[in-house]
Amino acid sequence: MENKKITLAYGGGGEETNKLIKELFYENFKNDILIKAEDAAVINLNGKTAFTTDSFTIDPIFFNGGDIGKLSIAGTCNDLAMMGAKPEYLSISFMIEEGLDFEDLEKIVKSISKELKKADARIVCGDTKVVPAGSVDKIFINTSGVGSIKKENISAHNIKPGDKIIVSRDIGRHGSVVLAKRFGVDTDIESDCKVLCEEVNALIEAGIDIKAMRDATRGGLSAVLNEWAEASNVAIEIEEEKIPISDEVKGLCEIFGFEPMDLANEGTFILAVENKGAKKAEEILKKFNNNASIIGEAIEGKKVILKTSYGSKRYIDLPKGELLPRIC
Amino acid sequence: MENGELTLKDLYSKFRDPETIKALTKEIEKEALKLKEPMKVMEICGGHTHTIMKYGINQILPDNIEFIHGPGCPVCVMPKERIDHAIILAKQPDVILATLGDMIRVPGSKSSLAKARAEEANVVPLHSTLDVLKIAKENPDKKVVFFAIGFETTTPMTAALMKRAFNEGVKNIYYHINHVLVPPPMRAIMDGGEAKINAFIGPSHVSVIIGAKAYEFLVKDYNTPVVVAGFEPVDVMESILMLLKQKNQNRCKVEIQYKRATTYEGNVVAQKLIEEFMEVRDTFRWRGLGDIPKSALKLKDKFLEFDAEKVWADILPNEPIDDHKLCICGEILKGLAKPNDCKVFGSACTPSNPLGSCMVSDEGACNAYYRYSR
Repeated sequence: MENKKITLAYGGGGEETNKLIKELFYENFKNDILIKAEDAAVINLNGKTAFTTDSFTIDPIFFNGGDIGKLSIAGTCNDLAMMGAKPEYLSISFMIEEGLDFEDLEKIVKSISKELKKADARIVCGDTKVVPAGSVDKIFINTSGVGSIKKENISAHNIKPGDKIIVSRDIGRHGSVVLAKRFGVDTDIESDCKVLCEEVNALIEAGIDIKAMRDATRGGLSAVLNEWAEASNVAIEIEEEKIPISDEVKGLCEIFGFEPMDLANEGTFILAVENKGAKKAEEILKKFNNNASIIGEAIEGKKVILKTSYGSKRYIDLPKGELLPRIC
Repeated sequence: MENGELTLKDLYSKFRDPETIKALTKEIEKEALKLKEPMKVMEICGGHTHTIMKYGINQILPDNIEFIHGPGCPVCVMPKERIDHAIILAKQPDVILATLGDMIRVPGSKSSLAKARAEEANVVPLHSTLDVLKIAKENPDKKVVFFAIGFETTTPMTAALMKRAFNEGVKNIYYHINHVLVPPPMRAIMDGGEAKINAFIGPSHVSVIIGAKAYEFLVKDYNTPVVVAGFEPVDVMESILMLLKQKNQNRCKVEIQYKRATTYEGNVVAQKLIEEFMEVRDTFRWRGLGDIPKSALKLKDKFLEFDAEKVWADILPNEPIDDHKLCICGEILKGLAKPNDCKVFGSACTPSNPLGSCMVSDEGACNAYYRYSR
């Protein structure tokens, strides 16, 4: 490709569009269904199928540990995985601001391709729009996906008193990376952005009786636990010292006055399992990330309660409003 | 510490150590048994209220020690009419209003800066005060109004901004000064006498600036001990222990627990910097506490042309606007009530829809109760 920047011509439907689709998208996402280039992809679905969609916008589009492309695949595949489904077919739509560096788009596309392989999923249809400068911020991506259910009846409504709560790794990384950038702080923290299919598959293969599973994206651990407590009509009691948080994330939260539990993750999930399988589930997850930890359990009651080891308790609420640094 | 180098973690991890907290709890229990009368200790600063509620310190202390939450939350004590000023200024077409993060969601009489921003007012939340300089340089055709808020902790930053702006010849920054002082409301509360406070936990960061000496009047005029405490749970626990020992040994002094940052004299350089640009106002209206003489700062008259209150005097109203009839923030700020004594607490008044100021800021007592223990 000669052009250095994406211009409106790339979205015009003519020669440049074709070039972009063939030389960039087909080349990287290549599979039998996609290259047929029909008006719609024709796919075979058998049995119970999960279906989800998500749109991705992030500033910066490239961050420590990932980029908007990786995010767009991890996000949708993880939503499917969290329902016990294996991601199979994905659609992808790009909304590109004119003037985006072609090189950046290429990097994003390659990153998408890499993540697809990890998820063992295929992009079977897509769309590209290029809009005038200022209409979107650099690039927005939407992905939708379908996947066949491997483990049924995973639901936020299933949790019973006595069930254990497990977190798959240390929390708050993705949110920290984004906030550090927004407030101009240099940091080595890497986002946790990652496709979680392997972890989920290992749990299902081992026969773990997963009651509920959710990736702790926006709103973080606090949001997931509060949603579960409400949906399942239980209280969830967690132990402060069991929650894995890296020193870097803690430090950044100290500087800005944020709670690690409220920060977004993009490759971290929370699991509710029956007591008897909890240890085994924790062991399996530790093979993927040594910080996986049983952090607490569901009990009779309402709300999410944090216990300290010195005998006090406090509520963990849903995070509210926009994240703003405190005054002093 | 790793390899002898101080890391960020060293600044907080030991001060939250569960084993230390447990040990201090035992010591406090022993001392508290010897108390002749219950200790009613006011933590002046909202940062301490937050620590006490977040770590549940009130749950692990003996029953004869009671925390009374003080007025030290800069957002909470700001009267509605002054928040309206910020909103009115932000809506001026040639103005960019810059203010520290938390202020954005504080409701004025009709709106908030967050709502005004959604209606295309130009509002910038700051992390650092000095960012104002950058905004002003990047927007030479705009008037950048810095809505300055906070106790003595944030005041030196405003003064430092002014110094830098003048040195660099940046002339498009205007200052709306809402800096308030800690000692005057403490005196007002003690003069009121209703809260029956017999000990104080002094603020951490305010004291770094003004020094522990600023609280001597509490010992001299009101025979009430003060311990200046750090913001971490171990700091608060140790300070409680120090206050108990004073009581049991019949001593009454200003002591410093937060020695790693506070001195008796305070930060003299910062004090001088403030004096260069600001002076005490005759009176300032505090939300909930009413008019308190000499309790806030304003720009010195020689900086009149940069004083947003003067420049936009014609459009900034000054009539007092009362809080919602059912709100008892005033009583809470005076130490006469606890958040859960309020009829609308947690029902009509929540952090997403606050009726009163104590529910708005993280450091407000109602917000801390709602988040951690309602």
